[in-house]
Amino acid sequence: MEGFTLAQPRSLDDALAAGPQAGAKYIAGGTDLMQLAKDNVETPHHLIDIEGLLPDTISTATDGSLQLGALARMVEVATHADVRSSWPALSEALLLSASPQIRNMGTVGGNLLQRTRCGYFRDVGFSCNKRSPGSGCPAIPGESRGLGVLGVSDHCIATHPSDMPVALMAMDASLQLVSPGGGTRLVPFAEFYRLPGSTPEIETNLLPGELIVAVVVPRSASARRSRYVKVRDRASFEFAVVSAAVALEVTDGTVRNVRIAMGGVAPRPWRLSQVEAALQGRPATPESFQEAASLAGEGAVTTKDNAFKVKLMERAILRGLQLASA
Amino acid sequence: MITGQPIDRRDGRQKVTGAATYAAEFAIPATVHAVLVQSTIAAGQIAGFDLAVAQGMPGVLAIITPDNAPKLSTKGGVPQAITQPALQDLEVIYNGQHVAIVVAETLERAQAAAAAVKLRYTEGEAQTTMEGALDQAYVPKNFRNGQRKPDSSRGDPAGSFAAAPVRIRATYTTPNEHHNPMEPHATIAAWDGDRLTVWTSTQGISGAQATLAGMFGIEKANVRVICPFVGGGFGSKGSTWPPATLAAMAARVVKRPVKLVLSRAQMFTSNGFRPMTVQKIAIGVANDGTLLSVRHDGISQMSMPKLGEFVEPVALATEMLYACPNLAVTHRLVGVNQGLPTYMRAPGEAPGVFAIESAMDEVAVALKMDPIVLRLKNYAETDPHENLPFSSKRLRECYEQGAAEFGWARRTLEPRSMRDGDWLVGMGMATSTYPTNQSPASARIRLMANGNVVVQSGTQDLGTGTYTVMAQLAADEFGLPIERVRVELGDSRLPSAPVSGGSQTVASVGSAVLAACKLARDHAIAMAISDAGDRWAGAKPADFHLENGAVVGPPGRMTLGEMMARRNVESVDVQGDAKPPGKDDKTHSLHAFGAQFAEVRVDSLTGEIRVSRLVGVFDGGRVLNAKTAHSQLIGGMTFGVGMALLEETLVDEATGRIVNANISEYVVPVNADIPVITAKLLEADDRVANPVGAKGLGELPMVGMAAAIANAVFHATGIRVRDLPIRLDDMLA
Repeated sequence: MEGFTLAQPRSLDDALAAGPQAGAKYIAGGTDLMQLAKDNVETPHHLIDIEGLLPDTISTATDGSLQLGALARMVEVATHADVRSSWPALSEALLLSASPQIRNMGTVGGNLLQRTRCGYFRDVGFSCNKRSPGSGCPAIPGESRGLGVLGVSDHCIATHPSDMPVALMAMDASLQLVSPGGGTRLVPFAEFYRLPGSTPEIETNLLPGELIVAVVVPRSASARRSRYVKVRDRASFEFAVVSAAVALEVTDGTVRNVRIAMGGVAPRPWRLSQVEAALQGRPATPESFQEAASLAGEGAVTTKDNAFKVKLMERAILRGLQLASA
Repeated sequence: MITGQPIDRRDGRQKVTGAATYAAEFAIPATVHAVLVQSTIAAGQIAGFDLAVAQGMPGVLAIITPDNAPKLSTKGGVPQAITQPALQDLEVIYNGQHVAIVVAETLERAQAAAAAVKLRYTEGEAQTTMEGALDQAYVPKNFRNGQRKPDSSRGDPAGSFAAAPVRIRATYTTPNEHHNPMEPHATIAAWDGDRLTVWTSTQGISGAQATLAGMFGIEKANVRVICPFVGGGFGSKGSTWPPATLAAMAARVVKRPVKLVLSRAQMFTSNGFRPMTVQKIAIGVANDGTLLSVRHDGISQMSMPKLGEFVEPVALATEMLYACPNLAVTHRLVGVNQGLPTYMRAPGEAPGVFAIESAMDEVAVALKMDPIVLRLKNYAETDPHENLPFSSKRLRECYEQGAAEFGWARRTLEPRSMRDGDWLVGMGMATSTYPTNQSPASARIRLMANGNVVVQSGTQDLGTGTYTVMAQLAADEFGLPIERVRVELGDSRLPSAPVSGGSQTVASVGSAVLAACKLARDHAIAMAISDAGDRWAGAKPADFHLENGAVVGPPGRMTLGEMMARRNVESVDVQGDAKPPGKDDKTHSLHAFGAQFAEVRVDSLTGEIRVSRLVGVFDGGRVLNAKTAHSQLIGGMTFGVGMALLEETLVDEATGRIVNANISEYVVPVNADIPVITAKLLEADDRVANPVGAKGLGELPMVGMAAAIANAVFHATGIRVRDLPIRLDDMLA
């Protein structure tokens, strides 16, 4: 870890003013950033503590949408009564994340920006295009069981590790952002993350110094019947091998609305529109679930180690559909 | 009797309150900090160091590289793990090799400067993985320190296999695994002239003392090793690894006490690991289940021969496990550009019994026979390899009690025949065995004037309960409540004891403690008889015993205090020694046994595998403390779950560098993975094995667990996985 300064600005404006300077990083819960700094993967020179400067509340707006403050702790969102009843997949995704200690510290904003768990990225002894652009990706021919099969590029096959964003992706959420000039904007969640292409070091469309203020999640019949399936080797405290968030609205035995997003398979939470399209308007039966789920791996690019994820995606979706339609 | 009672470990409170001082926690004045720099290539030469930036950083006291490192000696034939001392030349033979030490005033400054040390390499050809070099397997040169042969056979294994009506051939593989004790390696080293004191976390203070004395060319008596507590070792602290030596080297260079604590990542490249194995098994069997031929050919990964030799002795258990007249085993090594492997909990038996007990399950499946019936059919009443009777073997009872406890009778024979909703349910079992080891050890009993007793031995408590059980043994010998017995260990100034490995501490140190107790008792009785004059004239020592600080005779008593006052001494010290019989005097084969049972559930959709029940019943000899013994059992069985389903060190083939050198990606079981474990020990006492009557419990409960789980997975799904760990990927077919 290299030396750094720690600033604790009194106001959001002060924090935003300091944000764009070279070597600056915002810090909230610090559960990921401190690990990365200790391993010299991130080498921030100025840490700007944003605790207390952004909302940490969980509330519902007049239109019924859920508003999650960027500094709301993972545990608070996971155990919030409204979240549990109206956005159950969101609660489930968070409760299946990390450990109680980390859920007590980790924030909504930080969880959205958690860096990949790719072992090559997290060890400065390896080359890595994401950490050190242009140095190469040894993960593609290397140990890639945990890495991505969709949206990947020749430069990077890292996956986004968080669970919560997968649930949000299936709920048509959007993000409220504030930039150093004080301007705010609302970005649809689906447009927040970037694919690696030839620039895997750029992971989101955040502008320099821009901060996440809140996440807005619309209320919907499908979100109310949403479920989160996390598949992993260990029963707890492990990142997903594959996960699926399924939001499903069924009326009179027919699928009226369905959203499916997957984790552990792509550089960002991955919506499966072809699976959704195959379900839309179809009877909510095991046969149509199976038929639609079998489309999950369309376009997948696999390695020797992660080819099994195509089948596993299908299985996780099936389980999600079974649970959400039960 | 206090021995056997489930009393709380005596250091428990210290440990949970933070009062127990571990190696890195000793407050030695003026201590500075060392951080190791490691190679990022697998093979080649260091072409040069760029040290200017690091040297200019604040607080940096020294940067030691092969260019300026003090020379270390290997003349004494020191018992270190790696025969080639570190930082003595510029050759790199594995990724993660120690190449420099940075010493600075604070840990943070040492870490920052270590990250700024840059190396230039001339890269060489590296063979980083064993799979690519299996055709270059070679015969170990020093198998089991020359005590055993790498190959053995009896009868006509080839002919009997060819003639067998049912034949099974299969290859089983296990990955590199790392010990990952909670406490990393940690050493504080301080020199006073030519005298060295180290506070270090080790399973063997005597080995550490000999290694350091040899390396630095000083008398053993000039090296003091202090280690009151160890936060787990599992074999990684059994030998003395370079970090301890390098801490002492750094302290010599900067002329200050130096603390060196490995990071978790460094724990993957600094102190060995269980090497990958490829094991071929061929079994020929009669239709009634009688074993006709067994062949077990094991290959394990080695580093470059320059570092020494370590063999994972996978087939030793196979030699003695079943009564089969025709058998052959071999052990081979494949050298690769990775670090030196080492002992890890049940080295040999853990991967070897996975293979042979999986193969036995395959035989049972082929014969449509109950796996326990098959094992009983081939039960070895005597050791078929050594041709000796067992000192004790109650494996049959382990099978019976385990089966009853587990509900084995409810198991249906066909795979994939038990189901619970979405879960496929499977039941599997396997045999466990581990040799009962003993090494020479010494202990001292100090009888105090107030009647209290101090037990001293240069052993160490890995967390297994050595402090507690030695006090229990001594308390009974002197008729004292345990509060009046103090145990001192973890200091090389105390009488010498062996490495705490091979589950041998109770048998070795316990026997020495008993010997010392007996001598001390005899001595006290002799003093009393002599002091008593006419009162006890003609009395035989056998008519006396010690109780509550007094010699009790026929009739009357005399306190130790009186006797010592007369002699003007405060204590009477007596040393006792114990050693196992020599090779030629061996009359019995010594082994512990057990039966492992596992129930698993496999998600029929996602393939996730969860263990839902575990039962283990063990024949481990005498139990010194029912509570710490039980902890060993459930800990070992849990370790076996990790081996079966989770643990695997991933090595990048291109660079030979470990990809998951951390405990978030090298996964071990968490509480949620472990169901209720039923672990039982038969009531036993094997005084033929050793004077304590114990057969060792550290490794036994891990052995066979991976096979029991693999067999249960097969029973649940019909999928036979011969490559550990078994993961959901394997279940999706």
